[in-house]
Amino acid sequence: MKDNLIVSGSPHIHKKGSISNIMWAVVISVIPAGIAGVIIFGLDALWVTIAAVIAAVLTELVLEAWAGKKITVFDGSAVITGILLAFNLPPNVPLWLPVIGAVFSIAIGKQVFGGIGQNIFNPALVGRVFLMASWPKYMTIFVKPFDALTGATPLAALKEGKILEHISYLDLFLGKRGGCIGEVCILALLIGAAFLLIRGHLSWHIPASYIFTTAVFTYIFGAAQLFHGDWLFHILSGGLILGALFMATDYVATPLTAKGQLIFGVGCGLLTAVIRIWGGYPEGVSYAILMMNGATPFIDRYTRIRIYGTK
Amino acid sequence: MKNLIKEFTKGIIKENPTFVLILGLCPTLAVSVSVANGIGMGIAATFVLLGSSLIVSLVRDFIPDKIRIPCYIVIIATFVTIAEFCMKAYSPVLDRALGIYVPLIVVNCIVLGRAEAFACKNNFSRSFFDGLGMGVGFTLALILISAIREFLGSGQILGHTLIKGFEPVFVFGMPSGALLVIGLLLGFFNILKNRKS
Repeated sequence: MKDNLIVSGSPHIHKKGSISNIMWAVVISVIPAGIAGVIIFGLDALWVTIAAVIAAVLTELVLEAWAGKKITVFDGSAVITGILLAFNLPPNVPLWLPVIGAVFSIAIGKQVFGGIGQNIFNPALVGRVFLMASWPKYMTIFVKPFDALTGATPLAALKEGKILEHISYLDLFLGKRGGCIGEVCILALLIGAAFLLIRGHLSWHIPASYIFTTAVFTYIFGAAQLFHGDWLFHILSGGLILGALFMATDYVATPLTAKGQLIFGVGCGLLTAVIRIWGGYPEGVSYAILMMNGATPFIDRYTRIRIYGTK
Repeated sequence: MKNLIKEFTKGIIKENPTFVLILGLCPTLAVSVSVANGIGMGIAATFVLLGSSLIVSLVRDFIPDKIRIPCYIVIIATFVTIAEFCMKAYSPVLDRALGIYVPLIVVNCIVLGRAEAFACKNNFSRSFFDGLGMGVGFTLALILISAIREFLGSGQILGHTLIKGFEPVFVFGMPSGALLVIGLLLGFFNILKNRKS
């Protein structure tokens, strides 16, 4: 009885959550998409993912030991960075590519700023954009699902003005298309996100506003005629679902309040649509999220919650 | 004499214009794509620094205080013009590679900074060695940055391929690569400094 009478300041209600708890839940939630990627693209996808994860964890371990900081390898944040980076790579890249990308993600994207909780950009996307700028020839060759032939992704084909050859919405939804490892199977991504949503580790604000904004803008401006764009195709292709559910919802580099998160999502959606429709790249999800990561401090500043009782 | 040597050596490490004073970053970012460009830029800037420091320290007593900056600019521009014409005459390839950044030495913060902070308060021999040290420090910093960028960005140093089969990291040939290299080197030198003290 005496043990229950603890006199302390607020908060009095505790939730048994911790960083490592949440991070490992995110790791579990992306496993379906990983399995789908391996089924669709073969074992190459698995090796790329494993290489990225090992490189990310080792980089974190070495840098934290060297800087004499607390070793935070086991909280799962480096693991999830490695997985998300690999999910953003084509499955047939040489294995040194995910390794270098993961080292860059952790070293430059995270540890340079001071480790977990300090990074201003999503580390996995920093790694991806670095690889994209450095070795574009490996980053833009995609294999078609279930065979070893290379082909363009649906978005790249759209950009070049080619007619899309028999890709149905169902194929896109299940992942029967060329693309990055983790982005192709929308169904698996939704299962993972549902798990996070039920556990309360994911709020709906960013994904919903992000996807909705992209849909609206691609519907209005996506075709030669206004209000004739194929918005469902734009949602289901490219990395939009992966980005909106798992990359744009990174805890560290996104706004804190619900209002701020809605602004963040709308900004991401707007930038993605602009890059896809008018930009030089077929896909703009990673750049859109990184740009909005940069805008996060301003969003946070202008959406500060009013303290109760003040004006 | 000992003092003069001290004025010379301080520009190389203790007050290195690029890594300690963080001056003249615009040309550093822009021309450090290859070692040849870096050396060319460094030599041109060193020449201008030497000349302007010398002349400013000689005429410092005659320049009215209120219009000293325009006077410095005129002196600096004279030497920049000499450097530019020499480069055009003797090394047109380098001149084309450096482009607008040679005339822009006129507004290089290192040159104006040394005139304003040092040459206008010291005699000509000290100013001369100060300018020389700063110029050498700037050149060495440029060579370091451009060597890293040229090697990573194209797999070469001064046009010679070092490792066969090395896949160039294109990003280091771009402006973002320059910012990355400078940032990492600054961090590295700060670590060294902190360890020392």
